[in-house]
Amino acid sequence: MTKSSKSTNKTDQVWIDRLLASEGATSVLVVILGILSGTLIVALLGKNPSSLFKAIWQAFVGYYNKGKGAWSVGPLGDTLTYAIPYVLCGLSMGFANRVGLFNIGAEGQYTVGMLAAHAFAVCIPAFPGQWLFCMVVAVLAGAIWGGIVGILKAKFKISEVVATIMLNYIALYIYRLVALYLFPAGLTNRTYRTADLASTSILKGVFISESNLNIGFFFMILAVFVYWFIMEKTKLGFSFRATGFNKDAARCSGINDTQAISLSMAIAGAFAGLAGACVLLGSLKFGRIMQGQDNYGFMGIAVALVGNSKAPGIFLAGILFGALRSAYSLMQFMNIPREVVNIIEGLIVIFIALRAGLGKVQEYRAKQKIKKAREQEAAK
Amino acid sequence: MSEYAIEMLGITKTFPGIIANDNVNLVVKKNEVHAILGENGAGKSTLMSVLFGAYSPDSGKILINGKEVKITNPNVATDLGIGMVHQHFKLVHNYTVTENIVLGREPRNKFGILSLDEAEKKVQMLSEKYGLQVDPKAKIEDITVGQQQRVEILKTLYSDSDIIILDEPSAVLTPQEIDELMDIIRLLQKEGKTIVLITHKLKEIKAVANRCTILRRGKYIDCVDITPETSEQELATMMVGRPVKFDIEKKPCNPGEKLLEIKSISVNDSVGVEKVHDLSLDVCAGEIVGIAGVDGNGQTELLYALSGLSPVTKGQIIMNGKDITNMKIRERNEAGLGHIPEDRHKHGLVGGLSVAENTVLKDFYTLKYSGKLGVLMTDRIFANSDKLIEEFDIRSGQGSITPAGALSGGNQQKVIVAREISLSPNVLLVAQPTRGLDVGAIEYIRKRLVAERDKGRAILLVSFELDEIMNLCDRIAAISKGSIAGVFKAGEKTASEIGLMMAGEKSKEASK
Ligand SMILES: Nc1ncnc2c1ncn2[C@@H]1O[C@H](COP(=O)(O)OP(=O)(O)OP(=O)(O)O)[C@@H](O)[C@H]1O
Ligand SMILES: [Mg+2]
Repeated sequence: MTKSSKSTNKTDQVWIDRLLASEGATSVLVVILGILSGTLIVALLGKNPSSLFKAIWQAFVGYYNKGKGAWSVGPLGDTLTYAIPYVLCGLSMGFANRVGLFNIGAEGQYTVGMLAAHAFAVCIPAFPGQWLFCMVVAVLAGAIWGGIVGILKAKFKISEVVATIMLNYIALYIYRLVALYLFPAGLTNRTYRTADLASTSILKGVFISESNLNIGFFFMILAVFVYWFIMEKTKLGFSFRATGFNKDAARCSGINDTQAISLSMAIAGAFAGLAGACVLLGSLKFGRIMQGQDNYGFMGIAVALVGNSKAPGIFLAGILFGALRSAYSLMQFMNIPREVVNIIEGLIVIFIALRAGLGKVQEYRAKQKIKKAREQEAAK
Repeated sequence: MSEYAIEMLGITKTFPGIIANDNVNLVVKKNEVHAILGENGAGKSTLMSVLFGAYSPDSGKILINGKEVKITNPNVATDLGIGMVHQHFKLVHNYTVTENIVLGREPRNKFGILSLDEAEKKVQMLSEKYGLQVDPKAKIEDITVGQQQRVEILKTLYSDSDIIILDEPSAVLTPQEIDELMDIIRLLQKEGKTIVLITHKLKEIKAVANRCTILRRGKYIDCVDITPETSEQELATMMVGRPVKFDIEKKPCNPGEKLLEIKSISVNDSVGVEKVHDLSLDVCAGEIVGIAGVDGNGQTELLYALSGLSPVTKGQIIMNGKDITNMKIRERNEAGLGHIPEDRHKHGLVGGLSVAENTVLKDFYTLKYSGKLGVLMTDRIFANSDKLIEEFDIRSGQGSITPAGALSGGNQQKVIVAREISLSPNVLLVAQPTRGLDVGAIEYIRKRLVAERDKGRAILLVSFELDEIMNLCDRIAAISKGSIAGVFKAGEKTASEIGLMMAGEKSKEASK
């Protein structure tokens, strides 16, 4: 709700002021700073920093594969494939954040989503459209897992931070127990996987056959749209945002804050649950039994931070983190320590926290403007 | 040495879309009490924040004791001997008084471990010297707002400030506490401090100030000496730019049917202590009933129960003939209950949402602003708020899209009043509606309340200012220890008689 007010006066704003005032632009700056610092580190290690840029560049456009004599866009496919869970988990974190909650539980919601998808892909015989069915149950499972936290928070005032951390572990061990003992077993010597997933439950690949990019990508885009629409355009989103900013005032004006908290956590969980299904059915494509946490949920926190908990921001941030992850593998060929990527990711999060500094630049520009106006007045 | 403690010359400070201070001068003599007067949003708090180093000005210079200084942050201000008590206190609620006072300058013993004994003694000494009674060991959450303010003042004294800025100190106080504050200010002056006092209450300026600087819409208007001859009317006119009426004219009250019936309710506070005891009161269509009383006699809990924020333990609330005792807040709103809450930051506004969104906080979900599928109709929401901004003269940097939190204190209150009145409720609960408002805005809001009365609404007004109650109400109920001590028609009793009733003396005659 930022446009179309009569009383807006944007005319006297220069684009650069608008850029500084916009949270989106500052996020971009932060990312650039992060990558530049990464460059510095690579240079300090005595490697050629241009390789770092090359890797990130290739993560977006691919590279020329000499062996095949053809252009390979596989890395772009990887970027977008990684972006699916990053964006979805970012949405999970961001959605709760807008309602004033700190959802560290995307990891657990992702895990139960994946478990649900796994169960319906491996325990029932194949039927057409099974993949969609699996996605739906994953969404529901994630929503329930998130909703539990919401209800605990809203009704019993139990900290969502503590509850989600506990539920992350509970989810992981339930996954392992259920998959090991209840699902049809895989081949005898492969204890780390269950029987194969029904072929009808696998997500179809799209666009780039050299990668695992799959139709989950469209669902991710749909989720971004749903997020934006609910949050910014509906009365439900209005009550979420009001609750997020000031729970007491929201309640005093008749908004049901307990409902807003439980419901928003459930919706947050639904996004993460979908991520679980997309990774299992679209990227892994086999009955993997989780050994440890996949960390997509935790990366979602960073994605939401960089994306300012706004739908378009989360989308772009998710793609960016996807690209960094894709560059991670490319760097091996370029003789750069891959850990640089982790460092860049960390730096970006730190710079986000330092965003306040940009306010100073804004202040300086305002000062200059006044000075100019004064001078003009004096000249008259 | 210079004759002046503070010279702020040509100060300009802008915020997005607004020049909060436009070439403002403020010159304060040593050891004087200097008042700053100005409408809501005139830029008083901003000017003080500049002086205190919270904002850096776009242009202008500041001299302290004749020396030019650059106050880049509050620590610099503290070092220069400037202390500030903010409009909204900045205390840590679960810390003790002493802990709050020493925060940031924690005294340590020779092992580097926090040691509060010395500090506690100094706080005790200061509080006795300046008549600022507080218990140094009490927790902030357990003391009254008036005492919290004393802690803020003590904080400035503790760091040896010679210049003390008080930003609307009386807005949160009861009349008794205000009298005490005036004494404290006089004492501070006697001890050699220089005081800058921001207030909307002309009486206070007359009572303690030596000079007064007047701002209007960010601009410096004048600096006048306050003498016994200075008239309040004159000051008000200078500040608003037109004559202001202090007493509202209203037609005789013409009460209709009972719209709100409170039938012997009892209410507990958040920790379970009974604060309202077996209270009964009616409010009829077309009348304003005032609840007069000293803060803490159950007014807050009574309003909580009526508005639905907390349950009653006993009794019934009837509105429009309907029993609303157990209704949810939204159901009460829909049944025609309006509420201008006492604590505007906690209950009245969502600071992060825009002014437009705040004006529809109670009815955004209705078909007026949301489609059948639950999609908000942004255009209508903006049209509504543009209209209210115009009507209620809400001043802000960017109009409807300004975040409500960026408005000046008084303009925030106007947003709430605009919202509640625009919903045209049958019964309107009003708590401290003009607290922190300038005289022009007070005049306007009182007029609107009377206009609502004349439209046949029932208004229940809670105020700690007896003046406001006597001025505005048709009937007055004195509250004491959670019960009504007596109800009478306005004009029937004098202020001192009402005062006695508020102190707990039951009225001889039965109510009404
Ligand atoms: N942080 C801020 N961001 C944007 N605008 C601001 C900010 N602080 C103040 N303003 C604007 O600057 C103007 C002056 O505000 P200020 O708080 O100084 O007024 P005031 O004179 O103290 O009023 P009041 O009596 O209502 O407290 C107002 O229009 C307000 O909307
Ligand atoms: Mg102010």
